[in-house]
Amino acid sequence: MNQYIVLRVVSKLMIPVIMIFALYVQFHGEYSPGGGFQAGIVFTAAFIVYTLLFGLEAAQKAVPPVAAHILAASGVLLFIAFGYASLFLGGNFLEYKVLLPNDQAGETFGIIGIELGVGITVAAVALSLFYSFAGRERR
Amino acid sequence: MIDIVLLTFLVVVGIAIARVRNLLAVTMLTGIYSLLVAMLFVLLDAVDVALTEAAVGAGLLVILMLATISLTTRKEKVHATRQSIMALIVVTVTGAALIYATLDMPRFGDPQAPAHVHLSPRFTQDSPTEIGIPNMVTSVLASYRGIDTLGEAVVIFAAAVGVLLVLGTGTVRRRRDRKGEGVEEAGEKS
Repeated sequence: MNQYIVLRVVSKLMIPVIMIFALYVQFHGEYSPGGGFQAGIVFTAAFIVYTLLFGLEAAQKAVPPVAAHILAASGVLLFIAFGYASLFLGGNFLEYKVLLPNDQAGETFGIIGIELGVGITVAAVALSLFYSFAGRERR
Repeated sequence: MIDIVLLTFLVVVGIAIARVRNLLAVTMLTGIYSLLVAMLFVLLDAVDVALTEAAVGAGLLVILMLATISLTTRKEKVHATRQSIMALIVVTVTGAALIYATLDMPRFGDPQAPAHVHLSPRFTQDSPTEIGIPNMVTSVLASYRGIDTLGEAVVIFAAAVGVLLVLGTGTVRRRRDRKGEGVEEAGEKS
């Protein structure tokens, strides 16, 4: 679809906006609707638009499938790391208020951290699912 | 009023999904169905769920189904099916039982409903001071129900591992790079 100049120009304008919106949904999730899950999907949508226009090969040059797999695992590990961090600082598993001296700040810090983990996992999982569906050839 | 319109659309789209044989159209209708459900969630003040439904149901799911259709076929195979009286009876009885069960449910928005008297008051009253963030959905999801959310993240990861094991990683081989222009056509024919 590389030859459609209108699509190419519009998508180049859209993709950064989609990504910024995803980051907004991610990090503004404490104040407005949203959070890691929604942000991850929206972030992947930007990559899907890119793939539809420039092909799978170009997209996989930008984010190789292996990188997506590693990111998917590291998101979950980030989540678990926050759990164990609060465990080692004297609280229960995932009890974030021990992370920082101020209870409220600790809770907020923990929530932002695990939402980031969820976001990374969801974005990477959605992208690798899309890769594995789109990368198969018709038999 | 708008509730009734949306619910009517939902029923119409649902019937259309069941009847239409063109899978491409069915995929589009599924996306529309998700968008309608998302609108209903907004009307019910469940904006977080609405955002998820719109992103996953109308976005990602439709893309994955389109990818699947492009790999398989666009038409649904029609099997000659006999109309079974037994099936009709089972469906009617189950549906009647479910409708009968809804009569026992509390009225919509009833403050005395069991869901609103047990933990909800504590969350709504204490979470702003305890957690310090205004969006209670996030504080319940990420803090009070943190282990649930961890489980969800692990489930998503496990699902991805399963799909990748079955379908492969979809990596485009570099070797095809060097062949140059003929790559696309070769891919189509094989």
